[in-house]
Amino acid sequence: MNATTATIPFETRGAGAVPLESSADLSPSKGVVGMTCLIIAESAIFTIFVVAYLYYLGKDLSGPTPRQVLDLPILNSICLLSSSATITFALRSLRNGNRKKFNFWWLVTIALGAYFLLGTGREWHHLIHDKGLTIQTNLFGTTFYSLVGLHASHVIIGLLALSIVMAFAITGAVKREHAERVHVLGLYWHFVDVVWVVVFTVVYLIGR
Amino acid sequence: MNGRVTTGDIGTAIPLGPIAATDKTIFDHIHSWLVTVDHKRLGLMYIIYALVFFVVAGIEASLIRIQLATPNNHFLSPQVFNQLFTMHGTTMVFLVGMPMIFGFANYLVPLMIGARDLAFPRLNAFGFWLSVFGGLLLYFSFIGGEGMAGAGSAPDVGWFAYAPLTGKAFSKGHSTDYWILGIMIGGFGSIATAANIITTILSMRCRGMTLAKMPLLAWLNLIMCGMVLIAVSPLTAAQIMLLLDRFAGSHFFDTQAGGSATLWMHFFWIFGHPEVYVLIIPAFAFASEIIPVFSRKAIFGYPVMVGATLAIAFVSLSVWAHHMFTIGMTSTGNTFFAISTMMVGIPTGIKIFNWLGTMWGGKLRFDTPMLFSTAFLFQFLIAGLTGIMLAAAPFNWQLNDSYFVIAHFHFVLVGALIFMIFAAVYYWFPKATGRLLSERFGKWHFWLFLIGFHMTFVTMHVPGILGMPRRIYTYEAGRGWGIWNLVCTIGVAFQVIGTLIFVINILLSLRKGRPAGNDPWDAWTLEWSTSSPPPEYNFAEIPTVKSRRPLWDIKHPSDPDWKYE
Repeated sequence: MNATTATIPFETRGAGAVPLESSADLSPSKGVVGMTCLIIAESAIFTIFVVAYLYYLGKDLSGPTPRQVLDLPILNSICLLSSSATITFALRSLRNGNRKKFNFWWLVTIALGAYFLLGTGREWHHLIHDKGLTIQTNLFGTTFYSLVGLHASHVIIGLLALSIVMAFAITGAVKREHAERVHVLGLYWHFVDVVWVVVFTVVYLIGR
Repeated sequence: MNGRVTTGDIGTAIPLGPIAATDKTIFDHIHSWLVTVDHKRLGLMYIIYALVFFVVAGIEASLIRIQLATPNNHFLSPQVFNQLFTMHGTTMVFLVGMPMIFGFANYLVPLMIGARDLAFPRLNAFGFWLSVFGGLLLYFSFIGGEGMAGAGSAPDVGWFAYAPLTGKAFSKGHSTDYWILGIMIGGFGSIATAANIITTILSMRCRGMTLAKMPLLAWLNLIMCGMVLIAVSPLTAAQIMLLLDRFAGSHFFDTQAGGSATLWMHFFWIFGHPEVYVLIIPAFAFASEIIPVFSRKAIFGYPVMVGATLAIAFVSLSVWAHHMFTIGMTSTGNTFFAISTMMVGIPTGIKIFNWLGTMWGGKLRFDTPMLFSTAFLFQFLIAGLTGIMLAAAPFNWQLNDSYFVIAHFHFVLVGALIFMIFAAVYYWFPKATGRLLSERFGKWHFWLFLIGFHMTFVTMHVPGILGMPRRIYTYEAGRGWGIWNLVCTIGVAFQVIGTLIFVINILLSLRKGRPAGNDPWDAWTLEWSTSSPPPEYNFAEIPTVKSRRPLWDIKHPSDPDWKYE
């Protein structure tokens, strides 16, 4: 009789996950739906910033232009995007009950994210000190720092959340039954990575 | 019995009688409200919060109307007038409309879908207190915001805060920053609560309640919350940009450095137009619950009602630039936005016909909730008709930013939304308090407010057509606007008295109202199956439903709905 409630075709729980609050029914997981809502709202915010970036492209009254100062952050991007894979490995390990492996892949994910952030910091330092581009310089500076900065701030929030899980994992508090919650956090991290694909395309490919 | 809540979870925790109140001080009570995560208490706090600001913004509107009652009036200074119309609009949309609809959604959605609370109760409390903080921050500007006029200055840039007026050069001091931050923080609360309600509806319905068996109120709130996610966020984004402009020296809306004032208009109305539907869809939701009960018929065309609401939500995302016909778009742009705006009229018309179809042949009972709902139908129709008029770009060029527009959207927001909020308060007050509101006071409230509303807002169309622009603080005597404005202002007095009777009715009925029982209206949805007020856990046993009207099935076991659905 519970089959009637399963009207939403969400893939909500992985194979090995232990359901948290409800047992027999098939309604979508609260965490996944809640996180999906957050991601939809965040996507709308990013959309507006991307639209502003594209709208102001080439409308600067003074230099420098993107082509003059921007370099492609290839290594950075590889690091961030591969962290989406490592967090999946971590989650799979947790679902299989292999906590050591989980800790390893989780740490790698954090390291890759941190490296990305470091790379952004170095890029900004270079732009500000060597190229003289600040948020006040021109429209390019305005839209560049705000869009990339908005994404970087999401990476920071993601890293904080990942680090909290890491702290729990080191003390042994993250167990197999928490896979569902870790999965929800993983969705956020994937989202941050997907946004980077968009930002990279807009800022470094289309805009440059 | 292996449903989503096992009896072991609640077993002994259910208090069997009223919790011993004797040894509790007043501070214990206040404390228990401050730290509550119960959706019903948070819902009530949202509604009370909204009612308080409704009175505040109403006072602001009354001051505006007094100023405009006669030509060459100097009751208010131009500076104060600017602050008042800014704060009136901002307050009514963000501190009255939004908390009011979230309050009702909070209170009703779990009860109507047979759940014990929202999906994330602590997030719910967080969202509410964020909204409160945002509202208080905005109002703190009256004493703390240093504006052009010196210490203590509220925002005066209009509720849509057009650039470049909001730039540092033209809005000195911090009054505009209070506007940005207050609204932005409230927006975070709205997004959090919307996500919470969506999750509750998708994940926590009781057994048997498929999406197609949900009460329409739950459906419409689901759609409304989905719109909040994609409509409020663009405003947040634009406000972040404006903050960067004001504090970091960026140039998003700085026309001196190549920035675009038009872009702010686009961003604002990408939020602003769907926001109108965010506010009005809950009014539809109330109507869809109240009209059937007082017509003694099931809602006419349930699936079409859901479909029409989805269509409204979808189309409303592509109509925003009808607020901007006068900026000079291409004829393609004008045509697109005119047609898309007029298309909203189709699903809206379907809804009105369905409500009429529900009433048609029904055994109508005109208690106060039904009176307000009936007035809503007429007034919303008129609002829609002037909306179609304004959607025609050439007509709009004549009347944009005139009092005709003001009259139009007050027909939507007062004539439809506020009327349905009143209806909803009369309808669900007995559930929340266990006592009925007085019908006698209710009828006085209804008729006075109805007369006042029409005196003010029907009349207001005329000075608009005669060319009176919005936001002017006074006008010359020879324009022919004087008499119309005077009638508008007299209408306000009726509305004020009506609202006063409403407030008195609430305060009196709380103490002396007729006891309501569980189900005073002989209604059919799940909230009426539990006690009034409902216990903290809502349902001692999670119900199982078989149709859209579970209580009808219980009351008429020989002729249940599920045979026909």
